[in-house]
Amino acid sequence: MSTALQTAAAVLLVAAVVAAVHVPLGTWMHRVFTDDSDWRIERVVYRLVGVDPRTEQRWTGYAGSVLAFAVASVALLFVLITVQGWMPWSLGRSMDWHTALDTAVSFTTNTNWQAYAGEAGAGHAVQMLGLTTQNFVSAATGLAVAVAVVRGLARVHADRIGNFWVDLTRATLRVLLPLAAVAAVLLLLGGVVQNLASPHTVETLTGVQQTIQGGPVASQEAIKELGTNGGGFFNANSAHPFENPGPWTNLLEIVLILVIPFSLPYTYGLMVGDRRQGAVATGVMGFLLVGSIALTTWAEAHAAAGPLASMEGKEQRFGVVWSSLFASVTTGTSTGAVNAMHDSLSPLGGGVPMVNMLLGELSPGGVGTGLYSYLVVVVLAVFIAGLMVGRTPELLGKTIGRTEVTSAALVTLTMPALVLLGTGLSVVLPVALDARLNDGPHGLSELMYAVASASNNNGSAFAGLSADQPYLNLLLAGCMFVGRFVPIVLVLRLAGSLAAQGKRPVTAGTMPTHTPLFTTLVVGTVVIVAGLTFFPSLALGPIAEALS
Amino acid sequence: MTRQLSAALKALLVLTVLCGVLYPAAVLAVGLLVPDRAAGQPVVVGGREVGSALIGQPPSGPEWFQGRPSASDAAGDTSGGSNYGPSNPDLATDVAARRKALLAANPDAPQPVPADALTTSASGLDPDVSPAYARWQVARVADARGLDRARVLRLVDEHVQHAALGVVGQDRVNVLRLNVALAELGRG
Repeated sequence: MSTALQTAAAVLLVAAVVAAVHVPLGTWMHRVFTDDSDWRIERVVYRLVGVDPRTEQRWTGYAGSVLAFAVASVALLFVLITVQGWMPWSLGRSMDWHTALDTAVSFTTNTNWQAYAGEAGAGHAVQMLGLTTQNFVSAATGLAVAVAVVRGLARVHADRIGNFWVDLTRATLRVLLPLAAVAAVLLLLGGVVQNLASPHTVETLTGVQQTIQGGPVASQEAIKELGTNGGGFFNANSAHPFENPGPWTNLLEIVLILVIPFSLPYTYGLMVGDRRQGAVATGVMGFLLVGSIALTTWAEAHAAAGPLASMEGKEQRFGVVWSSLFASVTTGTSTGAVNAMHDSLSPLGGGVPMVNMLLGELSPGGVGTGLYSYLVVVVLAVFIAGLMVGRTPELLGKTIGRTEVTSAALVTLTMPALVLLGTGLSVVLPVALDARLNDGPHGLSELMYAVASASNNNGSAFAGLSADQPYLNLLLAGCMFVGRFVPIVLVLRLAGSLAAQGKRPVTAGTMPTHTPLFTTLVVGTVVIVAGLTFFPSLALGPIAEALS
Repeated sequence: MTRQLSAALKALLVLTVLCGVLYPAAVLAVGLLVPDRAAGQPVVVGGREVGSALIGQPPSGPEWFQGRPSASDAAGDTSGGSNYGPSNPDLATDVAARRKALLAANPDAPQPVPADALTTSASGLDPDVSPAYARWQVARVADARGLDRARVLRLVDEHVQHAALGVVGQDRVNVLRLNVALAELGRG
């Protein structure tokens, strides 16, 4: 079967599953976040935490809770990693302080950038108590923030946008845990390991020694993909046969990555009482994703005509098509799991995943982050359209005024500022330059990919970069924290000011935000903002390499 | 802010118990029902564990089928690829050396050398080779063992796993399973 046909069939297969699931799951999430009653176990949680689930918060209180939870998470995870030597099932594994800090920030921010190798840095205790837990709650945080922003659009003359502790608990208990449990069992049946064994040595049939690893992998793998986290149990991430043993587990992992980000637009449509708004979001996200899959696969297939058939850094069971698909999906969301080594992709094949991240990760983006990043672009698009036709910009009856547009603009500027300043600083510092494995334009791509990955909370890497050193660990930890929480605070501010407004009636002068024209405008805004910001650096990296 | 931080710490501890203890424990319990899968499909020959069907093995003598090159020599204590970009001169050097060694060890094998024989995998533990590379090794393996080439070729063909529906994944041959069958063939 030709590559193009196989790609089309693969995309259709994934799309069919996601399409089948997104309505029931989107409807379920709508119920979860608008339900007036609590589950019994949730009441226990609220009592233990000491919060009143019926008291809602202003945007400032909501943001304060998100930040407090983040700080507590970083602190606790850092301590857990540092003291793992004294815990059972730690297998004698450890990390330097700067690696531990980088890891703690990384998993708390849903980035899951890994400067350590799983086989050397994290014992089973840290993997379960620390990393698996953060895989859940960092995704739940993203989901909570997205829902709060949508409430801001949906509510009228309101000063409250929900209760973070309730949203966090419900996202974890009603959405992530049940889905992850099902996925973990499926992965286990597909061959992903789940045990507490220490690595042991076997003598192979041919008389050579080999180490066989163990670990509670299936439980972590499920939420790693479902929560668009991406941190591998092992160094090779989803390329490791114990994390991703075959084509079916690979398909399942791709679906898991996409399922919540593509269901949330449906939830959004239900919450604002206009399903067409959700359909536009799905359209924009789907268009960008399919475009990037087509480009990556084309680039890899084109390179595959050579004698190496693009197989450097790829697994035989996946091959070009399923590796390119995975690469696009993992960078179009904020996942960052890899089933092929991105550093060894062809210049354009590796450039497209980087562009996916630089677009701001909304194709379809991470759990929650995809939707709120999308809504920020919509605010910008509405504003730009308003300027062009000379009308007051409006979205769902809410005026896009000064507060709204400055919040949106600052969100849009945060990531590029981090990426360009971080990369720029690194290319003049010998300590960063020495960390590169590859030279020339590809070496610039390695550094830029790392900073883009951290600032976008993606976590995938051009893994040739020796990132486990104090400078890069601290730089990237800073990028991850700022890249996660500055936009979160700003979108909550946006939510607060939208919720406070009344709803303007629809008139003949209102620009509809559910038409193909508007969809095109949103895609254009995404592409033009990223293009203007990043074209010069991309020209020096992947584009220069492709042309040479 | 103190109140927020204390709520945050308590919430984190409660959620750690649910997500970090009970959930993995439940999946571990399910794993007890499928012990072979949960343990990584160990391959046992003559009562001795010789590896995992999922994990590619280090290279060995000419009488065995070889897996793909590995950036970590498939030692198993770590995993990962070479991370060489396509423009990296080290990649060209490595590939040239591999091609030379393969052609020397397989004088009867046809040109060109299959791509998966020249390139390192992403994990360094790829358990599979392409059917083309498995067939490419038949002459060497059969001669080293004094077996009929056609018989060994048939064995390879029996071990080809096809992409499901022709779409999901790629055709492949599991090297360890093939070698286990090969050892039995010699005995039989």
